[in-house]
Amino acid sequence: MDIAFIGQHVWNGVMLGVIYAMVAVGFTLFFGVLDVIKFSHGDVLTLGSFVGLTTFLGLQRLGDMPALLQLGIVFLVSVASMAILGALIARFLILRLRSAPAFITLLITLMVGTVIRESIRLFYPNGSNPQPFPSLLPTQSWQLGGFTMRVDTLILVASGLGTILLVHLLINRTKLGLAIRAVAQDGETAQVMGINFRWIVLATFGIGSALAAMAGLMNGLYYSEVHFGNGTMLAVIGFSAAVIGGLGNIYGAILGGFLFAAIQIATVVALPWPSAYKDVVAFCMVIVLLAVRPTGLIGEKTSERV
Amino acid sequence: MAKNLRTDLAASIAGIVLIAAFVIFALHAESETTLLVLLAIGAAGLAGATRSGLAERVERGMRAHPIVTRWVSLAACAAVVLVFRGDHFVLLLVATVLLYCVVCLGLNLQIGYCGVMNFAGAAFFGVGAYTAAVLANHTSLPHLLVLPAGGVAAATIGSLLLLPVLRTRGHYAALVTIAFGILFRSFLEVNDTLGGPQGLKVPGMTILGWDLSEGLTVFGTSFSFYANYVALAFALMLAAFVLTRRINRSWMGLSMDAVRIDETAAATFGIHIVRWKITAFIIGNLFAGTAGALFALMTGFVAPANFTFGDSLVMLSVIVLGGIGNLWGVLPAAAIVLLLPEKLQAIQEYRFLLYAGAVILILLFRPQGMFPRRLRTFNLAGRDLP
Repeated sequence: MDIAFIGQHVWNGVMLGVIYAMVAVGFTLFFGVLDVIKFSHGDVLTLGSFVGLTTFLGLQRLGDMPALLQLGIVFLVSVASMAILGALIARFLILRLRSAPAFITLLITLMVGTVIRESIRLFYPNGSNPQPFPSLLPTQSWQLGGFTMRVDTLILVASGLGTILLVHLLINRTKLGLAIRAVAQDGETAQVMGINFRWIVLATFGIGSALAAMAGLMNGLYYSEVHFGNGTMLAVIGFSAAVIGGLGNIYGAILGGFLFAAIQIATVVALPWPSAYKDVVAFCMVIVLLAVRPTGLIGEKTSERV
Repeated sequence: MAKNLRTDLAASIAGIVLIAAFVIFALHAESETTLLVLLAIGAAGLAGATRSGLAERVERGMRAHPIVTRWVSLAACAAVVLVFRGDHFVLLLVATVLLYCVVCLGLNLQIGYCGVMNFAGAAFFGVGAYTAAVLANHTSLPHLLVLPAGGVAAATIGSLLLLPVLRTRGHYAALVTIAFGILFRSFLEVNDTLGGPQGLKVPGMTILGWDLSEGLTVFGTSFSFYANYVALAFALMLAAFVLTRRINRSWMGLSMDAVRIDETAAATFGIHIVRWKITAFIIGNLFAGTAGALFALMTGFVAPANFTFGDSLVMLSVIVLGGIGNLWGVLPAAAIVLLLPEKLQAIQEYRFLLYAGAVILILLFRPQGMFPRRLRTFNLAGRDLP
């Protein structure tokens, strides 16, 4: 096993880790402000990539334009529409069920996800089969010994990390971020301080869903195809990442995302079993980690007030 | 008073007969229009009965005459099987509905009573099914013992999850079972010893030399071999139902309710939270595994595609539809969820979309389900008064 082989796998792991972390950050943001899990997150991601694909096909009809412009438009349409969708789901389903038990919220968002997923499968032309996703990024690659560095993955990783950094700055440096953190800490007190609770919740769900759309586009660009079922697995992985990191903590989500990717890659590289076992091993590790640290790696110690 | 009681009894018997007749007609309906008309009539009839107080009288009659009710219901079920004695497909559907009921009774015990999240119902069902497949193929264990073996296997594998399930709460606990459900499916797909994505063949069931996969002839009428499995599944459902109901009505059920509603308060009153959560989780998985074992022997075939996360969600839809914690709601809900798409081929393709939409609407507008769970009624005389 040479360095180049391992390097290739590590690079793949970084790529996966970025996507997972972006999904996980969404989960953790939602949990922070409302203490809910929005399981439709993964299917919002899929829908984001399909909206991007449809926009691209529409643009092609319109005529030639530079790839960069196309990419920009695809990106804007997808991210904006998913942000609105996320806010709508929050407004009409999650806020309405605020006083319901956690099980109900989880179930209803799972079902919303199913509706989105099945709608794509049934109503998108030939939607039950994988759809080719256009490669909008430069396709050159550099050869360093046995190690191939594709330029597009470099751009994807860089933009993913950039996005996460932006979210970090948004949460920690802006007034909106301050409001989000206030609501996350104590919704009622935040309201007393004059923060518009409902607006902040909707904004958070919008931001999280925009992240999902971004992750969906990255996933599509990386694998060059999208499938209606993409989101389910990514949602479970993103949720796991957010949970093993500690729900409500952004750094935990990022750590969890990269950890999950690391476990998967390590399974592929180090264990003699077929690589298909990577999900089995990764989810086993999730269960074990939860048994060892029930509130996640960077979880807060919780004590319950009665 | 006495006259009232007698008319109540007549009302309940008439109610059971009407329901059985409705089920027979619905299963018989060939065209989709007939079925839709029947469903409309059924819904209108149910609404009318509730409005006019007839449903209440039926219920009162059932409560006042539990033994008569029991026998009449049994006879009604037998009548349904008798009508469809030759129809393989309908009987297979009926047996599947009954087995799903067993799983959902277990889920009700876990989620509805004790508040232990389980998003992997189909996975535990699958553990039972695969256990049955392996045991029936490679050992000479009597098939009647294979059923409990499937249950025990599911309960054992479930116990491996106990530590994380007990240590975590809320969403963290939900993730444990979700992760297990996904892991189980991926494992089956990649594991060649268990047949991979193609699955395994399972021999038909034999009990004491009697081959259940052969049609039966009683008094000159021949029955499809699925009638055997319907009888077995019905017995299993009955056992699960009686057990769950007994648990619910005993001090165990009370303790579980207390654990679900408020763990801290329950602990303050000396209720052993961990013990009840373990009990509920294990019994529930036992149900799922046993049902899975019978399912494998009945269909003669197990494959990972039957035990997906989506199937777990279908099971959860059943208990939400039937009213979380309401045992009586499970059978009608399972029948609606499983039979409707089979009979209405037009919606077969759209079934997941429709389930999901229905569950969303129910959770938004009638969160207690179609048939909400009743409050406990206590009376010190020790028996239910009419």
